[in-house]
Amino acid sequence: MSKLEIRDLHVSVENNPIIKGFNLVMQGGEVHAIMGPNGTGKSTLAYAVMGHPRYEITRGDILLDGQSVLEMAPDERSRAGIFLAFQYPVSIPGVTVANFLRTAMNARRRHAHLPQEEISILEFRKLLKSKMDLIKMEYSFGGRYLNEGFSGGEKKRTEALQLALLEPSFAILDETDSGLDIDAVRIVSEGVNAIRGPKMGVMVITHYQRILNYLKPDFVHVLFDGRIVESGGQQLALQLEEHGYDWIRDKHGENLIA
Amino acid sequence: MGKNPEKQILTELSDYQYGFSDPETYVFKSHKGLDEDVVRQISGMKEEPAWMLDFRLRAFRHFQERPIPTWGADLSDLDLDDIYYYVKPTDVASRSWEEVPETIKDTFDKLGIPEAEQKYLSGVGAQYDSEMIYHSVLENLEAQGVIFLSIEEGLRQHPELFREYFSSVVPIQDNTFAALNSAVWSGGSFVYIPPGVKVDLPLQAYFRLNVANIGQFERSLIIADEGSQVHYVEGCTAPLYMTNSLHSGVIEIVVKKNARVRYTTIQNWSNNVYNLVTQRAKVFENGTMEWVDANLGSKVTMKYPACLLMEPGAHGEVLSVAFAGPGQSQDAGAKAIHFAPNTSSKITSKSISRGDGRATYRGLLKILPEAEGVKSSVVCDALLLDPESRSDTYPTIEVNAQDVSLGHEATVSKVGEDQLFYLMSRGLTEEEATTIVVSGFIEPLVKELPMEYAVEMNRLIQLQMIGSVG
Repeated sequence: MSKLEIRDLHVSVENNPIIKGFNLVMQGGEVHAIMGPNGTGKSTLAYAVMGHPRYEITRGDILLDGQSVLEMAPDERSRAGIFLAFQYPVSIPGVTVANFLRTAMNARRRHAHLPQEEISILEFRKLLKSKMDLIKMEYSFGGRYLNEGFSGGEKKRTEALQLALLEPSFAILDETDSGLDIDAVRIVSEGVNAIRGPKMGVMVITHYQRILNYLKPDFVHVLFDGRIVESGGQQLALQLEEHGYDWIRDKHGENLIA
Repeated sequence: MGKNPEKQILTELSDYQYGFSDPETYVFKSHKGLDEDVVRQISGMKEEPAWMLDFRLRAFRHFQERPIPTWGADLSDLDLDDIYYYVKPTDVASRSWEEVPETIKDTFDKLGIPEAEQKYLSGVGAQYDSEMIYHSVLENLEAQGVIFLSIEEGLRQHPELFREYFSSVVPIQDNTFAALNSAVWSGGSFVYIPPGVKVDLPLQAYFRLNVANIGQFERSLIIADEGSQVHYVEGCTAPLYMTNSLHSGVIEIVVKKNARVRYTTIQNWSNNVYNLVTQRAKVFENGTMEWVDANLGSKVTMKYPACLLMEPGAHGEVLSVAFAGPGQSQDAGAKAIHFAPNTSSKITSKSISRGDGRATYRGLLKILPEAEGVKSSVVCDALLLDPESRSDTYPTIEVNAQDVSLGHEATVSKVGEDQLFYLMSRGLTEEEATTIVVSGFIEPLVKELPMEYAVEMNRLIQLQMIGSVG
């Protein structure tokens, strides 16, 4: 089973420290929810793990199966097995969803330790359709330009489709539920459940408990001021749903002064 | 084909950049530089009628009076005295395959071009396996009355038709390089489509047909008679391996009533070439002209395909892509001139600049006073790949009529950090990510290309992007 370990992570954006000593160990197959109010560094954490060049890691380490990924570019991290479902996926005009996904699969095959042959168009089509079925997506999506003119729900579903095809060992879902109506949250979550199987580790970043009804996290963590301040099971999420984040602020707010 | 020297590509001359010695095997080679004697010699070698010699001489005199244009790309390094203006190659291959540089062969391989075609493209061998295939295509066209000849044969075999239309679209006075071409033209195609004939397959000048079409001063004339239809494709995605430093062609197209012509160019010049081309079409009642134009390579390209919309209902379109790599200047655009009411035009120009490459859109949209009810749209999109890349837009619009509908849009975008990060997070390297953004950017043009060209165009873009990430 794979293991993703984040040790004493400190991340700055344009010299502003955002993540300040984040620790987490995730095993393959586990679902961890990261919750917390706005502006506590949830998305920063996601970008830093994926390797966005603007997110500077000033201290600590991120280890995938014991190997530090800090020196790896985002594409290397991706090929090593880390996936990020974006909160705001960008559009790539003129590039169809199908063409993009085939390019991504072939890039992974080409740059693998033991390079593999490119996937044939026929084989790819079959695979793509089977994954689209998993998340109840119409096949015509394959011919649309990536995220161009997509609704919020369509974007999130396309992120799930990419997750399904790329089969990472760890997936980070960055507010995949934001901007979705109740039905869409259910469909996307059910899709993620169908995709993840017994081995994939999933980090769900969210404000709300709703998506967790479907994804059933093994652990719930509360991120506040750049580090985890509370950890527990699903009942912690329910508690947050009921009482909001004020009690977290009251309990841990003194960190803000420091 | 190998027996006729006119049907070979005009090959390398004085340049030693690629390590070629000057093979002294030409039947005839003019001296360097241009004077009246050279013009007379060219006409004489081609055994032309007196009117053509007279035309060439008039053009030459006009050329002498015209300055080198300074309004566009930088031409100050172009030494017009250091060029051979006419070479009649021998019918023996002038160099061996072994002499062709490895880099060129390598590019051919990457493009997947068969060796026989590679040799032809490099000017090594002219004999070509598929000669029989295109013979049957040509027979089929001939049965429909289609004329598809080299420009020289067109003049010889159809003197009256030729004379009626030659220089009727691009007069000597059009511009400096049109005047130069008119004086020294050699090679090119002559095409006539009879009324009502629709040619299904694209006519390809693409090294498969009987024209020495990639001459230095090529000249092509296409006449689409009433209600006819044709798609003409020139060029190829392989690097045009020419050590001549100046390519200055003229393409003239006549689109008669209800006719439809599409002219597609894909050219990838080696990066020492000045590519200064005049492309004009005259479009008559309810006719449609479409220029599809992809320019890669070259040191400097200046090219502004034009549609002269002469009669009501005429429609003109230009869809172009220019890729300016490091050290290159692509000064490209389009012209639409509306002479008649209820004419319409659509210009879509896309440019990509990489490294210190410079892409310029230069366009003219002109609507004459009597041309009421004109509709026109101009869209220019530029994509910059590096901080030092440059893009400029010079859209000139002159409207002299009252009732017109105009749209103009220009966008400049960069391959954004967020786009790259998104694509890389899926496992694409930075270079692959940039390449896919570029492919998407030119997709509107690529989808208009015949299939085999579309495939080659995409591969070519990939080649252009190699080494783009430092």
